[in-house]
Amino acid sequence: MRVNFTVNGRPQEADDVWEGESLLYVLRERLGLPGSKNACEQGECGSCTVRLDGVPVCSCLVAAGQVEGREVVTVEGLADYARQRSCASDACGTSLQNAQQWEATGDSQTGEGTELSPVQQAFIDAGAVQCGFCTPGLLVAADEMLERNPTPTDADIREALSGNLCRCTGYEKIMDAVRLAAARQGEAV
Amino acid sequence: MDFLRPASWEEALAAKAEHPTAVPIAGGTDVMVEINFDHRRPEYLMDLNRIGDLCEWEVGEDSVRLGASVPYTKIMEHLRAELPGLALASHTVASPQIRNRGGVGGNLGTASPAGDAHPALLAAGAEVEVESVRGARRIPIDAFYTGVKRNALAPDELIRAVHVKKADGPQQFSKVGTRNAMVIAVCAFGLALHPRTRTVRTGIGSAAPTPVRAKTAEEFLNAALEEGGFWDNGKIITPSVAKQFADLCSAACNPIDDVRGTASYRRHAVGVMARRTLTWTWESYRGARRTTEGAA
Repeated sequence: MRVNFTVNGRPQEADDVWEGESLLYVLRERLGLPGSKNACEQGECGSCTVRLDGVPVCSCLVAAGQVEGREVVTVEGLADYARQRSCASDACGTSLQNAQQWEATGDSQTGEGTELSPVQQAFIDAGAVQCGFCTPGLLVAADEMLERNPTPTDADIREALSGNLCRCTGYEKIMDAVRLAAARQGEAV
Repeated sequence: MDFLRPASWEEALAAKAEHPTAVPIAGGTDVMVEINFDHRRPEYLMDLNRIGDLCEWEVGEDSVRLGASVPYTKIMEHLRAELPGLALASHTVASPQIRNRGGVGGNLGTASPAGDAHPALLAAGAEVEVESVRGARRIPIDAFYTGVKRNALAPDELIRAVHVKKADGPQQFSKVGTRNAMVIAVCAFGLALHPRTRTVRTGIGSAAPTPVRAKTAEEFLNAALEEGGFWDNGKIITPSVAKQFADLCSAACNPIDDVRGTASYRRHAVGVMARRTLTWTWESYRGARRTTEGAA
């Protein structure tokens, strides 16, 4: 079947989609957006987290056909999404080509020279990325929490990220990164 | 596999009548796991997300009509006053991502003994509104669970809503697991005080083939509270009464040994949760009584 939906602000069309396929599979294998990670395929790990009509969900548990006509934001579109939110500019979105080619074109150690969302920059600055597999899901979940709750307590952060597993870091650096992003967001206002 | 996309409730009923094997999918948090792992290959998958009123709720005089697909997040945010037990249970469901998608209709459809909503529904008192092209009916929650992952639905029926009694007293929910998030209950317990009828209702999760009430324990406690005039004098519940209640709740279990826990642990833990939730709710009832009646 064919599925039409909006990805990172632009209309997209996926063809030859199997009826039992997940949104995650469509994003990764049909649209060439491998930022959302495939790990547990049962909603336990959060590494496939995307926003569906603004709400964080596990894309592995959304049937492809269910996103017809709806809006999805993936980690590839996070920088653009955050920029639009901060300046409330006209929505232009991220093209599929740009999203597919998204990479840290500048210095991947410091993020310099690359367009990053504040939460992405904070993850780099706080050293919250180790193997990096859980990072996209954490970024999407953390960004959404900071949008909803600009001054989170530690308990709020833990709650918001409770569905995202990291097996490397012990979460302390991730907590640091989200606190840093929140503090910078507060300064900017 | 065919993907059915009814745009209205009537269309969904017609599709389910035509294809009784069609598997309804709303939040997908149970169904997609089975499909991803190749445990299930339904002939038809029926998306219910386009039916907007399944995501709505109405607060009535005595009960809340909760659409089958209202996500747990909304229950936590909007129905904490009316349905405190269910709101607490909702908060223990998996993670924010799952709570944004999953709802009580799916919990009822799957009818797993470990579903988090069940103890709260049993304790509060509820009816499941189901419908087919043949007509609508309401199934009392006590008659809904018929076996392990089995419920009273006919093959052509769909769950439209659940009518949950509004709280008329304190309610509590307790769940045992290895961490606060992402846990399938080792066992769970819901308790609701109903001062209007001077009764207590319970719900036990994950400690029997189906979610169950501890009816003997309820009867014992109702009699003990009545006899001691507790509802009127608001005294602390006698420890021996609380202990007897806890033991009877343990006895209502019919658990198994599995990877999450042993049968004897489950029986023990249900007793502990029964005593604790009774204490918490009763203290809250006594507190409210003191405030409303101004008794020194």
